[in-house]
Amino acid sequence: MELDSKIPPGPIAEKWTRFRSTVPLVAPQNKRRLEVIVVGTGLAGASAAASLGELGYHVKCFTFHDSPRRAHSIAAQGGINAAKNYANDGDSIFRLFYDTIKGGDYRAREANVHRMAEVSVNIIDQCVAQGVPFAREYGGLLENRSFGGVQVSRTFYARGQTGQQLLLGAYSALSRQISLGSVKMYNRHEMMDLVLVDGKARGIIVRNLVTGKLERFGAHAVILATGGYGNVYYLSTNAMGSNVSAAWKAVKRGALMANPCFTQIHPTCIPVSGDYQSKLTLMSESLRNDGRVWVPKKMEDVHAIREKKKKATDIPEEDRDYYLERMYPSFGNLVPRDVASRAAKKVCDEGRGVNATGLAVYLDFASAIERFGKSQANVKGIQNPDAATIRKLGEAVISEKYGNLFEMYEKIVGEDPYKTPMMIYPAIHYTMGGLWVDYNLETNIPGLFALGECNFSDHGANRLGASALMQGLADGYFVIPYTIGTFLSKEIRTPATDTASPEFDKVEKDVRDRIDHLLSVQGKQSVESLHRQLGKIMWDHCGMARNREGLEQARIQIRQLRDTFWKEVYVPGKALEFNPELDKANRVADFMELGEMLVVDALDRNESCGGHFREEYQDSEGEALRRDDLYAYVSAWAWNDSNMELTKEALKFENVELKSRSYK
Amino acid sequence: MNWMVPFLKSSLGRKLIMSLTGLFLCLFLVVHLAGNFQLLKSDGGEAFNTYTYFMTHNPLIKLISYFTYFFILLHTFQGLVLYFHNRSARGAAYLDKHPSKTTFASRNMALLGSVIFLFLIVHMGDFWFKMKRGILAKVSYEGYDQIDDLYTRVTAAFDQWWIVLFYVAGMGFLGFHLQHGFQSAFQSLGLNHPKYTPWIKNTGIVFCILISAGFAIIPIIQYFSK
Amino acid sequence: MKLTLKVWRQADPQAKGRFETFSVNANEHMSFLEMFDVLNEELLAEKKEPIAFDHDCREGICGACSMVINGQAHGPLGGTTTCQLHMRHFKDGDIIVVEPFRASAFPVIKDLVVDRSSFDRIIQAGGFISVNTGQAPDGNAIPVERDKAGAAFDAAACIGCGACVAACPNASAMLFTAAKVSHLALLPQGQIERKTRVKNMVNQMDIEGFGKCSNTYACEAECPKEISVDYIARMNREYFAAVIAGE
Repeated sequence: MELDSKIPPGPIAEKWTRFRSTVPLVAPQNKRRLEVIVVGTGLAGASAAASLGELGYHVKCFTFHDSPRRAHSIAAQGGINAAKNYANDGDSIFRLFYDTIKGGDYRAREANVHRMAEVSVNIIDQCVAQGVPFAREYGGLLENRSFGGVQVSRTFYARGQTGQQLLLGAYSALSRQISLGSVKMYNRHEMMDLVLVDGKARGIIVRNLVTGKLERFGAHAVILATGGYGNVYYLSTNAMGSNVSAAWKAVKRGALMANPCFTQIHPTCIPVSGDYQSKLTLMSESLRNDGRVWVPKKMEDVHAIREKKKKATDIPEEDRDYYLERMYPSFGNLVPRDVASRAAKKVCDEGRGVNATGLAVYLDFASAIERFGKSQANVKGIQNPDAATIRKLGEAVISEKYGNLFEMYEKIVGEDPYKTPMMIYPAIHYTMGGLWVDYNLETNIPGLFALGECNFSDHGANRLGASALMQGLADGYFVIPYTIGTFLSKEIRTPATDTASPEFDKVEKDVRDRIDHLLSVQGKQSVESLHRQLGKIMWDHCGMARNREGLEQARIQIRQLRDTFWKEVYVPGKALEFNPELDKANRVADFMELGEMLVVDALDRNESCGGHFREEYQDSEGEALRRDDLYAYVSAWAWNDSNMELTKEALKFENVELKSRSYK
Repeated sequence: MNWMVPFLKSSLGRKLIMSLTGLFLCLFLVVHLAGNFQLLKSDGGEAFNTYTYFMTHNPLIKLISYFTYFFILLHTFQGLVLYFHNRSARGAAYLDKHPSKTTFASRNMALLGSVIFLFLIVHMGDFWFKMKRGILAKVSYEGYDQIDDLYTRVTAAFDQWWIVLFYVAGMGFLGFHLQHGFQSAFQSLGLNHPKYTPWIKNTGIVFCILISAGFAIIPIIQYFSK
Repeated sequence: MKLTLKVWRQADPQAKGRFETFSVNANEHMSFLEMFDVLNEELLAEKKEPIAFDHDCREGICGACSMVINGQAHGPLGGTTTCQLHMRHFKDGDIIVVEPFRASAFPVIKDLVVDRSSFDRIIQAGGFISVNTGQAPDGNAIPVERDKAGAAFDAAACIGCGACVAACPNASAMLFTAAKVSHLALLPQGQIERKTRVKNMVNQMDIEGFGKCSNTYACEAECPKEISVDYIARMNREYFAAVIAGE
């Protein structure tokens, strides 16, 4: 198969402008006759549905949640990047573009990334106009802060709840269109499959999660904005409901999945505390500014800590291994996410993890508290302060900077992080891979578009902090309203899709058969336990570090587990009722297949880049070895149960120079 | 005026009626209490009786008193409407009820109010209605000829311990009703300010104590000083 | 720790519900919802129907989780959603009563799952600023006083979980509606539609059949985001200004 990425001609800085001036338009009276389905109501879906509704299209929008406002974009903490250069520190569209390409370890498509950087400035304007309460300076203007991997302050934020505020902004725009009747909203409706008519995406089959009924919806085009697939690992920072099914159904109908092995692991999450654990909670990356990461040097100390005979504070300074500072003296505790994660895994693999499961390292604020305390004492003119005073003053500074995070940690773990070091461990956080899309965000299925985390296009092999929100809103507000015209301008004579057609009959029957199959197995294992087993295979063999042997094993194990799933799964209840176990079973069944594709992709990519670290490909110092001569391409996979088929889209870098990263 | 009826039937419109009538009745209580204190004057009831005569014969005061009756009825009626509506808005009750930092008074305004309304009926039946029917004894002072001797009726009533108890208990209910009602009225009116709201809340506490204690102390003094 | 749970079970919106008693072995590090996961796994192993409950992000921000635990929306810990409530706040041998959020405007769908779409309709009635994509002026063209932005944020922190309705003895949605009205009324961007917004949102709130506020402030006490009832006073003010003083 040939992949045409449809990148417009011209210099990179002019591509988007030229595209917008030349893209075929749909006249207002025609827009009124065209229907668009949007699946998902996160930042990308809600903003797309609202913007298309404003333009006059008939939009039908779907979410499996009870309200559009619950989509997992809501949980994003840190902020949103934009090349506004309000800080007057030399930021520019090009710099944002460059940082994103470099941060993504040179595995993203230049033209898409540049467009995202261009529209980033409009996003902030739009959100402000909607009433998003961004942080403000005393003069009333927008405040910025700095984030990992960049040298400018370009991150806009609303306390630690930026994702929430941006989503509520998009949700309010969506709500307005719902009230105006241009968007029809379907809550608690989950997409079960995609319907193609004459090779074009023309509709979806959804399950009304309240009644269990299957319903048909037709349209002229279908947009998927259904998020990432991090939950294939079972434990992740994703929400419990986050799933791959909508995108996966598209793959099963012929769409390509690009770079599925590019998964991001976040180094600072609260560790797993037991088998019952259902999800992992992120602690903001900002903590590494003042926290020092360590594990004990001596195994006897490790054992004593695990048996609770010793506390972290009992370990003397000389018996602690501040391994990030030791391994990466120049960046220390502030190495990028992937590097920090791998280092934590390494010391835990050596058996030096500090909780009962052996999978945790300390993030210690004691020296920061002391440092801040002394400096505060100095400021306050306290001569020869005693240790308690220094501690008190220091804790006050830390509380001002990270109070809410410390509170959250204490709520979850039940330990006071001011007194004992936090325990952290890496966890799956984001998936850079996703449906393959061209410049128009259209998949290889005509009329099927993918936005936000659901597509692969902007983050390469690693995403920078505060860029996920930017991409979701860029796609939804500013890209799809234009690019969808490339497809819909040719559809103005197409009548409304007939949902009584044989194509719909066939797909609905497939869906019904699968549901009946799931319910008929009546095995002995719960969906949850099977999902947990899948997650363990994925994490053990395709997590922070991967190797051929492990991946090959994982592929076999996933296959076996998939067989077990279909023989052993127990789904209670009936099809025609509110049945959360059935919902889960539908999603986990798809993860069983995606997991295999992820492993196949990881096997194919014989290099280390970004979140994908292959142990065979590291330099003499254990750092990631990228192989630009062989792997500077996007891997686009077509599903085939026996032999997955790879199509490559070569990545051309005309505006940035490929370099390798070093943090030593 | 086609906005008025929907407004008054809206949830906030009803709250507005409750708070405005409530605050008016608070004012009425102050005036009433000031008058009652004349019962304590040791002048054989002259001050009280002439005051009563003034209050029942001045045309302006009479007009205001009709408003008061109306507001009492409106406040009660509206309160009951809200109560029944709120009950149906809850639907099924919780098995486990938890007060969650709310005050006893705030949770029981309808009950407190209903008891106070019943108290009012008895109270007015005992004094006001008897006066209106003209069955009270007459008394004359300088400038006043043959006016109702309400004083004697009141002091006679407060000779009975159970009537005193009834009045003291009634004032207990009133106290709780005011404890929540006073500051609540300001909240409903939207009169909320970081600087002044604590002040209003404190005033509310002082007000409810002074009013209920003030009314209650009179029968007690009368009973013990007989 | 061994716990006894009395949980509301209701097969569907029309069914008559009842309490069912379960015993479950929990561990103090579990979240309340993880304790339910464990219980559900046990029920599944016995081929019994698991208890349905709403949940998603499990980090206290999506607002999906609900449950009234021992009479309190989101349980005994202040400023905390059910998903962030951990079992260390309970004792071995405790009997815990778990009920759905109860309000006529939140009909039960199944067990502990309720339908909160009435909240969506309140927002649709006016909880927005009418600005189409692409119409916005530069972000810094609209300066916002820092304290005002902070106050707007405090109101906007609402997660739409419905605990205010569940906690209120009158099942009133005033805190939810007031939070949205205040968020937008405090910002310069929200001024244009200020009057119509509050009128329409209050009107929709009434249509949905929520109760009337009687200022008990139970909503504030049980709100997982600790949103202040001061916003209710603000909404009252906004509403009266719009209806009485408005043209």
